[in-house]
Amino acid sequence: MSGIFTKSMARNIFYGGTVFFFLLFLALTFDSHKEFPKRDNSQNLTPQVIAGKKIWETRNCIGCHTLLGEGAYFAPELGNVYPRRGPEFIKAWIQSQPTGTPGRRQMPQFHLSDEELDNIVAFLKYTSEINTANWPPNIEG
Amino acid sequence: MQYKSQAVAKPYFIAAIGLFIGQIVFGLIMGLQYVIGDFLFPEIPFNVARMVHTNLLIVWLLFGFMGAAYYMVPEESETELYSPKLAIALFWIFLTAGALTVLGYLFVPYATLAQMTGNDLLATMGREFLEQPLPTKLGIVVVALAFLFNITMTVLKGRKTAISTVLLLGLWGLAIFFLFSFYNPHNLVKDKYYWWWVVHLWVEGVWELILGALLAFVLIKVTGVDREVIEKWLYVIITLTLITGIIGTGHHYYWIGAPEYWQWWGSIFSALEPIPFFAMTVFAFNMVNRRRREHPNKAAVLWALGTGVMAFLGAGVWGFLHTLAPVNYYTHGSQITAAHGHMAFYGAYVMVVLCIISYAMPILRGRAANSNKAQVCEMWSFWLMTVAMVFITLFLTAAGILQVWLQRVSDTPMSFMATQDQVALFYWMREWAGVMFFVGLIVYVISFFIKGETKAATQ
Repeated sequence: MSGIFTKSMARNIFYGGTVFFFLLFLALTFDSHKEFPKRDNSQNLTPQVIAGKKIWETRNCIGCHTLLGEGAYFAPELGNVYPRRGPEFIKAWIQSQPTGTPGRRQMPQFHLSDEELDNIVAFLKYTSEINTANWPPNIEG
Repeated sequence: MQYKSQAVAKPYFIAAIGLFIGQIVFGLIMGLQYVIGDFLFPEIPFNVARMVHTNLLIVWLLFGFMGAAYYMVPEESETELYSPKLAIALFWIFLTAGALTVLGYLFVPYATLAQMTGNDLLATMGREFLEQPLPTKLGIVVVALAFLFNITMTVLKGRKTAISTVLLLGLWGLAIFFLFSFYNPHNLVKDKYYWWWVVHLWVEGVWELILGALLAFVLIKVTGVDREVIEKWLYVIITLTLITGIIGTGHHYYWIGAPEYWQWWGSIFSALEPIPFFAMTVFAFNMVNRRRREHPNKAAVLWALGTGVMAFLGAGVWGFLHTLAPVNYYTHGSQITAAHGHMAFYGAYVMVVLCIISYAMPILRGRAANSNKAQVCEMWSFWLMTVAMVFITLFLTAAGILQVWLQRVSDTPMSFMATQDQVALFYWMREWAGVMFFVGLIVYVISFFIKGETKAATQ
């Protein structure tokens, strides 16, 4: 890397390459936005789901669980918990925490109202209906 | 040191190390919670410990980056810092905001914290790594802008080098992409899509520019190799970084509801992401081999070589391990991800910050390098922490492979928790490796207090 390849050539390739690939990234992002409605289940984005997402966020669920594979790896994947467990189990489970079993991982008690429980279930149902290219590989998440 | 105002870097470095200790303590707590599930419950639930662990990491690295910039930029620009007073004021603001945020995590239930801090006005909380309350996020923006103003003004009035330009680009990019943390659409797919514009475009994008600039600066100082050569390398490395890393964002878009062509874009470009890290390793070794002087600070040279190797292993090799879409289909969101995250952050960012601290701190304390005794101690800490991190990564990888097999590949898949019980042995081994890391960190801190004969700084 000496002789004919100079620092200013390297610099120009850096700027040119970066701008080119960032523009390509923006173009792909633009195209992704056109594709989102076919996959993102946004037609089911009801006020209840929106309220559920906020509960999901303000209880920091992502601090232990994964959602579509992202988050912490301490507790089960919840992107497909709706088909795995069903709405009644999910609500009962949240209400019965913590289990208090010695030595077992514990989930906090969040004192959610019935309405809030329905909201979080609606959010998890909506999430489970996003087209995730068949991920996860099986129902266990 | 050459310029008086470089001294403002010192408190930044001290704070960085202090917060680093906190980060590791919480890491050990979490590691134990993996095997003794109810440890410290309900006082410190896992999610709280994790927020503290990851947020402290980010904040102390930011302290390290800022300290590095305050140290490097006057020397690169050959002029005093635009405003040392502003730098000190920002230090206290950032430290106070950081401390209050962590105390908030620890002592206020998260939902209450959200309510108290205006999350109802603009909901930004509760997303991984972006858990900070709104005032903290705004504070980060204000501090970042004021910091960038200070640094940019310094560069503008002095000499402009490739290193300071690349550093500035990285730091500006850091601030600009952080703005996406304020965008939290109801649509989960879009939320996740743009969440990565902060997370990925930070650690696999603009932060690597900062990493490159820091490493290049230290290499110029300790090897005496011609600046033209080192800066040419720097441009080549960051070119490779961004032309692979930007589209490489696609490796996060496989399974979150984005179009499936991202499996191709993401796989191909992120498969190339190890190349810039490999170039960095070659760069570091090459420059040290071609050195024109024997710098008395051997520890700093060791950190520089170490960051080249470990960043390549952690970010490059362990990233490649699970980046191809057909592999990632099985490994996504497993302990493999955790393994990669640990070694990549340590190798790329922790080590480069410790490298610049190792180089700059003795000079800030009025000597060219620490005494031989202190350096030997620091090098022990290097090996203890680095070997421990290798083991943490190997054990998590073993746990991950087993987890993926039992839970996702097997004909009779086990549930998540049943699988966790099966891999507990590896979590125990990881925890012990974590203890070793902590010992290394203590040795590192001790190295600052070891006296002995030193030469005064010549500059």
